[in-house]
Amino acid sequence: MNIGWYLAVSAIIFCIGAGGVLTRRNPLVVLLCLELMLNGANLALVAFARMWGSEDGQIFALIVMVLAACEVTVGLGLVVAIYRRRLPIDVDELNELQG
Amino acid sequence: MSATTAAWLVLLCPLVGTILIATGYRFWPGRSAGWLATAAIAASFVFSVITFIKLRGFSPDHRTLTSTLWNYDVSAGVDAKLQILVDPLSVFMILVVSGVSALIHLYSVTYMTLDRGFSRYFSYLNYFVLSMLLLVLAGNFLLLIVGWAFVGAASYLLISYWYRRTTATRAGIKAFVINVVGDVGLVIATFILFRHTGTVQFLGVFHAVPHTFAHNGGAINAAALLLLVGAFAKSAQVPLHTWLPDAMEGPTPVSALIHAATMVTAGVYLIARTHVIFEWAPTAADIGAIGGCATLVLAATVALVMTDIKRVIAYSTMSQIGYMIMGVCVGAYSAGLFHLMTHAFFKALLFMAAGSIIGAMAGEQSLDRMGGFRRALPFTFGCFIVGGLALSGLPPFSGWLSKDDVIAFLDHRAGAFLIMGIIAYAGALLTAVYTFRMIFRAFFGDPVLEARELEEGHLHHAEVPHNPMSGEEEDTDVGFPGPGHFIAEREVPMKVAMSALAVLAVIGGLVQIPGVDDAVTKFLDPSFADSKYAHTQVSTGSAWLGLIIGALIAVTGISIAYRIWVARPGTATRLRERFAGPYVFLWHKWYFDELIDFLVVRPALWTGRLVDSVVERSVIQGVFTGGASGAVRAGSAAVRRAQTGFVRYYAALMIVCISGVALYFLIASG
Repeated sequence: MNIGWYLAVSAIIFCIGAGGVLTRRNPLVVLLCLELMLNGANLALVAFARMWGSEDGQIFALIVMVLAACEVTVGLGLVVAIYRRRLPIDVDELNELQG
Repeated sequence: MSATTAAWLVLLCPLVGTILIATGYRFWPGRSAGWLATAAIAASFVFSVITFIKLRGFSPDHRTLTSTLWNYDVSAGVDAKLQILVDPLSVFMILVVSGVSALIHLYSVTYMTLDRGFSRYFSYLNYFVLSMLLLVLAGNFLLLIVGWAFVGAASYLLISYWYRRTTATRAGIKAFVINVVGDVGLVIATFILFRHTGTVQFLGVFHAVPHTFAHNGGAINAAALLLLVGAFAKSAQVPLHTWLPDAMEGPTPVSALIHAATMVTAGVYLIARTHVIFEWAPTAADIGAIGGCATLVLAATVALVMTDIKRVIAYSTMSQIGYMIMGVCVGAYSAGLFHLMTHAFFKALLFMAAGSIIGAMAGEQSLDRMGGFRRALPFTFGCFIVGGLALSGLPPFSGWLSKDDVIAFLDHRAGAFLIMGIIAYAGALLTAVYTFRMIFRAFFGDPVLEARELEEGHLHHAEVPHNPMSGEEEDTDVGFPGPGHFIAEREVPMKVAMSALAVLAVIGGLVQIPGVDDAVTKFLDPSFADSKYAHTQVSTGSAWLGLIIGALIAVTGISIAYRIWVARPGTATRLRERFAGPYVFLWHKWYFDELIDFLVVRPALWTGRLVDSVVERSVIQGVFTGGASGAVRAGSAAVRRAQTGFVRYYAALMIVCISGVALYFLIASG
């Protein structure tokens, strides 16, 4: 099968994720969308690895998964902390870091 | 052991003493630090004697030795070496310095026994002796400057030794600042000499001076005058003299050591050492002689009215150093140095005796409160009389022979120098008067309370110790004088030190009697062989004539003092009332402190304030630091707008930017 199909699917998933990150305000959904972006990238990596017949891309994909797991851990931790402190669960409300 | 090895050991002993006492100050029990310091200086004296003996083993033409331990830097025309010069002049100086210092250390062991900070005192004292020996042994101008500055620092430490006395710390700062003026003069003089001769070695410079400089030209006179600034600051000559009377705030043995016997003679040594330069710049030499002459009269007149016993002796020191400076500036080198030696003996003795009286008065120093100590302090009285007679110049005491040696040379050079000689005789008359004024007021007359108590065997102690200058109450903890007071009658080390100096004050002059012996001149001759005055000999007849005039003047002075203060009590008060104007003038020390305050200190303060308000506040703070921080502040205010705090905004920005970068590379690679 042509590599272009894989890349198209990958790009679509990535764009859905990016759109979600930009438009949604619930941090949980933002995290989910981030996962989508990462997995879109993973799909592209694995496709390229298959195309070239080497393992490099697969290893990159594995590293990205580890990274995603870490990121989700931190992100969910933050969400739980926000919930416990009874702050609004809305990324637009959490804007104290402005200059 | 060669002469130079012994000379290095002369320096090593006080260095080791300083380091041991300073680093182990907590561990030295009782008086051991004092004994260690005394032993170090005594060892230094022994090595000085060995150097002397070894040097005598050479023929007179080969008595100039140099020794280099290592080179700091010998490149690009700079020859900075750790080098000493061992010649008769430096050996003469180390003998005097280490010998008198050893005795003063011995005296201090008792005098400072109960003072808190005993070890600190002795580490400073050893450090001072090290600096002074380094100064006189230095083989080049750089090491001389090091010794010169060390001596100034040691002087500061010792004057301010009782550091909780504000008067003492002020006096220390004053001494240090005026000494630094001298240091600057010396450094610039060295630079001028180095620039013209290309070397800083003494021997190299002296050899090159006649070839490189025009005789009595501008450059050599500038160098000589700057050397004079250094010498005048260190030797307390007019107008850089105001620190010396204030330096009497230090402990009395310190006054004996550095403000009478050794440090203040450094200027005399400097001029004698660089006599080649001064002979090539006669104008500067004459200015130096005039300065010395002015100082000897000025200081003697002030000494007539001072009431603080130590300040009277301090002014007499200035006056006597005036004689020496005048002597070495006109070419009477060996006479000036001979007077330096005898002066070290009798002036140290006078200070030690004064310390004993101050001990009996429980720290009080004013002559107004003293009187009648003749029977209570017989030993101190004897020492004071010996020192006083030597200072006044009565035969056969040492001061008689040495002072008139200088004056005879002045008379021999005739012309304007004869006037200086006459002024010097006038100064000698004043010397005899003020010296015996001090003796008559302290030892004769009705015994004061302290003297009567002492006659019954009780040493007076003040109920509350106080500062003799300002009258402030003090305690006896560290930073103030300790609770103990000591008189030579009861303490063996003080007695030994004073006896030794008393003997030297009597017989020290006998090494050089016109027509009989001239050991000092003969020994110092190789150092001054290149001088144009080397063969100037005062005839024995005129020398003896001078000695007889000197003796007559001393007798006259003493009898005047006797008439005023003993035979007719009350004469002094009548004189003071009759000559109220001159009295006030002298009481304010010719208004030199006020003059320097007006000419130097206040303008400096005003300049400082002006610079503070204009340059510092407007230019530096306003323009430089204010401008820089303003620019940063404005820039950051502009950038801060981008930080909105909205996470989605950041994410969008990131996506747009990364897409932009990716697009750029795609287009660029395609």
